Amino acid sequence: MSEITNDRIRETIESNKILIYMKGSPSFPMCGFSAATIEVFEELGVPYNTVDVLKDPEVREGIKRYSNWPTIPQVYIAGKFIGGCDIVREMHANGELEPLVKEALQA
Amino acid sequence: MNELRNRITAALAADVVELQDDSAKHRGHAGARGGAGHYSVVVVASRFAGMTRVDRHRAVYDAVGDMIPHQVHALAVRAYTPDEWQRARASA
Repeated sequence: MSEITNDRIRETIESNKILIYMKGSPSFPMCGFSAATIEVFEELGVPYNTVDVLKDPEVREGIKRYSNWPTIPQVYIAGKFIGGCDIVREMHANGELEPLVKEALQA
Repeated sequence: MNELRNRITAALAADVVELQDDSAKHRGHAGARGGAGHYSVVVVASRFAGMTRVDRHRAVYDAVGDMIPHQVHALAVRAYTPDEWQRARASA
């Protein structure tokens, strides 16, 4: 991955309180795992931003290297990699996600 | 599928590896073309103790290694320590 891509990814992640790298868009997710992840944040009713990795092959590969995580979607809160679909759903189910999200939004 | 199970079992000294093939649910989806499968797995290993969720999942992905993305398109992971697994089963 080029340095430029890595820097661009870092800047994007750091400038968004809640950021989801996904396939497609929240209205038209192109993968069930991306859709399920969006559903969690819709249930929480909080603002979030997304990046569609299908629009940019460099970002699609770059984000996997950035986080050392092989799959999409990827959720970042307050600049920190939280996990993929399974982790976010599990954290939502056991009540861990909401306080983390609220704290990030208040910061 | 056996190779997937064997790799996870060996790499993590796992007590339990329950692997399920969900590929049929994803037929026709772009990622399933070319035969790469969708799987979900429950892994129970004592070495997960003290590891974050992200680290546990990374350990499983590392074990699967280069089978992603061509043989394995998606792998849903639930990772437990033996204690957590007991509790998860008791509450299920």
